[in-house]
Amino acid sequence: MRSNRLQQFLIPLLAVLLGMIAGSVVMLASGYNPVAGFGSLIYGAFGDAYYIGETIRQTTPYILTGLAVAFAFRTGLFNIGVEGQLIVGWLAAVWVGVSFDLPKIIHLPLAILAAALAGALWGLLPGVLKAYVKVHEVIITIMMNYIALHVTNAIIRSVLSDEGFKSDPVKESASLQSEFLESITYHSTMHYGILIAIAAAFVMWFLLERTTKGFELRAVGFNQHASQYAGMNVRANIILAMVISGAFAGVAGAMEGLGTFGNISTKAGFTGLGFDGIAVALIGGNNAFGILLSALLFGALKVGSLEMPSGAGVPTELVDIIIALIIFFVASSYMIRWLLSRWQKGAE
Amino acid sequence: MNVYDVLQTIIPTAIFFAAPLIFTALGGVFSERSGVVNIGLEGLMIIGAFIGVVFNLTFADQLGPLTPWLALVAAIVVGALFSLLHAVASVTFRADQVVSGVAINFLALGLSLFLVKKMYGKGQTDQIQVGFDKIDVPVLSDIPVIGPLLFSNAYAPSYIAILLAFVSWYVIYKTPFGLRLRAVGEHPMAADTMGINVAQMRYIAVMISGALGGLGGAVYATIISRDFSHATISGHGFMALAAMIFGKWHPMGAMGAALFFGLAQSLSIVGQTIPFLENVPTVYLLIAPYVLTILALAGFIGRAEAPKAAGTPYVKGKR
Repeated sequence: MRSNRLQQFLIPLLAVLLGMIAGSVVMLASGYNPVAGFGSLIYGAFGDAYYIGETIRQTTPYILTGLAVAFAFRTGLFNIGVEGQLIVGWLAAVWVGVSFDLPKIIHLPLAILAAALAGALWGLLPGVLKAYVKVHEVIITIMMNYIALHVTNAIIRSVLSDEGFKSDPVKESASLQSEFLESITYHSTMHYGILIAIAAAFVMWFLLERTTKGFELRAVGFNQHASQYAGMNVRANIILAMVISGAFAGVAGAMEGLGTFGNISTKAGFTGLGFDGIAVALIGGNNAFGILLSALLFGALKVGSLEMPSGAGVPTELVDIIIALIIFFVASSYMIRWLLSRWQKGAE
Repeated sequence: MNVYDVLQTIIPTAIFFAAPLIFTALGGVFSERSGVVNIGLEGLMIIGAFIGVVFNLTFADQLGPLTPWLALVAAIVVGALFSLLHAVASVTFRADQVVSGVAINFLALGLSLFLVKKMYGKGQTDQIQVGFDKIDVPVLSDIPVIGPLLFSNAYAPSYIAILLAFVSWYVIYKTPFGLRLRAVGEHPMAADTMGINVAQMRYIAVMISGALGGLGGAVYATIISRDFSHATISGHGFMALAAMIFGKWHPMGAMGAALFFGLAQSLSIVGQTIPFLENVPTVYLLIAPYVLTILALAGFIGRAEAPKAAGTPYVKGKR
């Protein structure tokens, strides 16, 4: 048991380490200095208050998309549709944000709630199809991503703007932006969303670990037949799990719509936040606290990478390579486990 | 504009857009028939597109008109090699095949953009100068009515794609190799008992999908986009995946679905010029392939059944 605990902790750590080493090899092979590369990466992520603010801002949606993916994982589902759920959440938040005039105490929660609801709705269909027709949720959610992208673009053009590419900015009463947070971080784009993200992590932990419903959800994910035999409603639990996962993703979209950007513009492609959420969840070991840490890691990698071209001449895309390799290494944890068992035998 | 004119606008464009999807979807058929889910088709197309464009730009002066063909060959080879990563992770290391496929997509985009910036100092390549020439198929293009619609004024890779669908059908359903491939994907333990090397078959199948995905990407880049940037391949791999499912994991079905998706793509581009389509918002045509795939999977368009062992690593001796 103890070695299992240890492995749970070691595997992501080793995966990150291996990813960094592989990143260094790529830098060396293409004629860059890895020390300068990683140096400017770290400076660009934590170098001064501005960079720290930006890192925290980037961490915010990562926490939520990581939670969304992890929640599905823990209940036996693979939600690859976080990206689409995030986009519809973003749209719903901005929609509410621009079209109502309400006091902040109502308007802001309403906009976030709308985002959660939109994400949840986008998760409903894959959940229903999985529960009733046994269609694999991965394929449906991928298709839902593209539908979200195109439909959102069409709505931005026709409803939220006059054939334009951008909505109006959300009203002040629905905004997460904060002059205070901006002023203490030299005008970074940091906003209050981080508090919501941390609260969401707590909600997920509480829901899964401390409530009966959470136990049921995990049980269904673990063994459908046993849960059925124990009298649980398997179908309802599958659908609920997908809906809750989608709600987390939707709120991630609200962070972008109400906080970072304050509007929504048409997109030529995906934001990547949802897909990176898969990596965040995997590295975070699918538990709420781990996700806070791994989201910070990915936030730092993404924001820090922006400093690499000027600091060390390394293209920012290097970080995407590192992230991809980290996913590979976690996915192939069988290999790492095998290596670990080899070492343990050698030590004995 | 009469009906024939409309058809003459739509059909060649549909075939033109379908070709990369056909190649890639066929690759998906091989991989999934062997029991390895390949979400990484998008990444394989990205690598193929990148190699196709870079090879073309680098060697156009030396190789002249042969350049685009050799670029396709290069993309096939590199695509197959790149897919080895997916094979190693999902067959040897028993990784979750979906996660590994996601990683393939990420890695392909990151690596190719990294190299583009490194080589050209900017986010996208120049336009390629040497592409394929449009050809008329001899004899067939002389057939009245159909000839000009289907066999004239199109690119050779489009015809190769359609031909390849027939070849794939023959290979998968009429050869010993195909029988083994399907056996490994349906019931690996039974196949293993009969002396078929499951891991080897799966490696081969994944590499075929890499080769065809790379080819699809290169064809897209050479004929349609003509340069490479972050947005060159945006969802075409997933559309190919959709075509494979919509075509029920069958080469001919995949080709048919790819042609249909090609039609949807061409309509979303030329639709504005066609009288009875000009009022249909493009968004419906853009989402059509994805909506149809969901309907197909939900059982509204006949039951689509995946190979039984798809998605599960095979562990020898485990029931």
